[in-house]
Amino acid sequence: MIDHTQTQVRFPEETLQKVQEIIKRYPEGRQKSALLPILHLAQNEWNWLSVPVMDYVASLLNIQPIEVYEVATFYTMFQLQPVGKYVLEVCRTGPCCLLGAEQLIEHIENKFGIKINETTPDGRFTLKTVECLAACGGAPCLQVRLKREGGIHKYYEFLNPEKFDELVETEWN
Amino acid sequence: MAIKILTEHINKPGIETFDVYRSTGGYAAVEKALKMTPEETVEEVKKSGLRGRGGAGFPAGMKWSFLAKPEGKPRYLVCNADESEPGTFKDRYLMANSPHTLIEGMIVSSYALGAKTSYIYVRGEMLYVIRILEKAIAEAYAKGFLGKNILGTDYSLDLYVHPGGGAYICGEETALLESLEGKRGNPRNKPPFPAVSGLYACPTVVNNVETISAVSWIINNGGEEYAKIGIGRSTGTKLISACGNINKPGVYEIELGVPVEEFIYSDEYCGGIAKGKKLKAVVAGGSSVPILPANLIVKTANGESRLMTYESLSDGGFATGTMLGSGGFIVFDEDQCIVRNTWNFSRFYHHESCGQCSPCREGTGWMERVLHRIEYGHGHTHDIDLLVDVAKKIEGNTICPLGDAAAWPVGSAIRHFRDEFEWHIKHPHEATKKGAVYRQEAVLV
Repeated sequence: MIDHTQTQVRFPEETLQKVQEIIKRYPEGRQKSALLPILHLAQNEWNWLSVPVMDYVASLLNIQPIEVYEVATFYTMFQLQPVGKYVLEVCRTGPCCLLGAEQLIEHIENKFGIKINETTPDGRFTLKTVECLAACGGAPCLQVRLKREGGIHKYYEFLNPEKFDELVETEWN
Repeated sequence: MAIKILTEHINKPGIETFDVYRSTGGYAAVEKALKMTPEETVEEVKKSGLRGRGGAGFPAGMKWSFLAKPEGKPRYLVCNADESEPGTFKDRYLMANSPHTLIEGMIVSSYALGAKTSYIYVRGEMLYVIRILEKAIAEAYAKGFLGKNILGTDYSLDLYVHPGGGAYICGEETALLESLEGKRGNPRNKPPFPAVSGLYACPTVVNNVETISAVSWIINNGGEEYAKIGIGRSTGTKLISACGNINKPGVYEIELGVPVEEFIYSDEYCGGIAKGKKLKAVVAGGSSVPILPANLIVKTANGESRLMTYESLSDGGFATGTMLGSGGFIVFDEDQCIVRNTWNFSRFYHHESCGQCSPCREGTGWMERVLHRIEYGHGHTHDIDLLVDVAKKIEGNTICPLGDAAAWPVGSAIRHFRDEFEWHIKHPHEATKKGAVYRQEAVLV
């Protein structure tokens, strides 16, 4: 786990350029608009948003740290506690439950011996539940942020316990 | 073969690229619109009768005509791609497969509104869709359809994609604008409406992905042609995302007016109920709209065939009808428990309430707790009336429609399935057995 209080928090040069590019999408003086896209970049860089990371983002946008905290705590995609390498975010909303989401969550809990919002002892997986991912046609589904693919959240659809076990072996290493 | 406006070429290999999209007649609407005046463009959309496809169904042309045009202030078009209504996944399907359909619509609509900068606000979870859109936007810039002096005219437009952060409430247009300004997604009081004071306090139009995507066809073929499709005030086509206990979940573009029964049972659409089971209930327009038992979704209370139109689905008001909403069509078979589903939806609204208005902040949690105890065998006989009372006190008493959206599923479930709730309360031991379901033969189809 990275301890952000001990290391210097700074984006690599390439990401800093990206930050500048994002800020230019909004009118002058409205750089705060870039907050959500930059928080996504930060989460992909450091896996979760610690206070030093949020303070750093505030400094990049020339806004007060509190303006970052209040936003980061509002939106559910941002992890404010350390999480595992892969955060399994399983949809728990109605349409997915019609087709076995609850059984899938139970299977994951039993397989890893963890409950929702807990991380496996080896730090590989954190289990979370989320509300509707707009993939009800592929229910039940879950999403995982993949650092190797630039931080996109990949959707895995039409899941069942067997398919999930297969993904653990092949996809999330 | 039914007419397809948005998805005619969606399965063509390479349609996500500029060249293939262009070869199907893509971007012709930009060329045509730039030869018209912005007012003429707005007029065509007005004539088309196109209604907002995000859920409210407000006429798009009328919304556009409300846009204030003060001197010296920029105007903005913002596309609402924060698709989060449970049961709805049509916008993701359209953007991921045919991104240029939306981009072309954005250019034409921006021109009509006089916007020089436009944003597409995509929910943050769909980062892969954002990548697809950004790639397509870069192609459109390279081909001269975006940027300075589009196709050699005086019109210039910059188009950007903005990611959300995971918050259902940002699908409400003023919450979306707050979010786009880098703030928490707390809906704004109206008035002023975004048309007067929206993004950065400038005049702004917010439209759904599907609404904007339909504009290109309207410009190419004329508003009157569009108005000939569909029935009455439900003009054009609609994307319906079908899910739940059906044989063929997916997104279907229908001409408005298809009978609901045909939509559920025809192989062209849902393909019938999975595993040969009976139909128990349908939520026809995303989780917020009232749930209807099978007998009332297939036929109205007057015994007429129910159609997939704004008017027919709402026939009978909330007593016996529902709404077309966002087109999120959720199908429940005979084995599904209405109480459990209502609790699940309540939990969703409690989780997603922004906390600004006390009726919603407190009421959604209250309903969730009461439904939880009924579902888990600890309900009291007065709980059902308590739920009705709480739902009524949320409805209409909040800044944004999330309060209504939380109240309607609870109110309608009790209205149509009251005996199922009573059974849970009177027979808690039986009701909490694994797989136990209250069978209500009278409503099954």
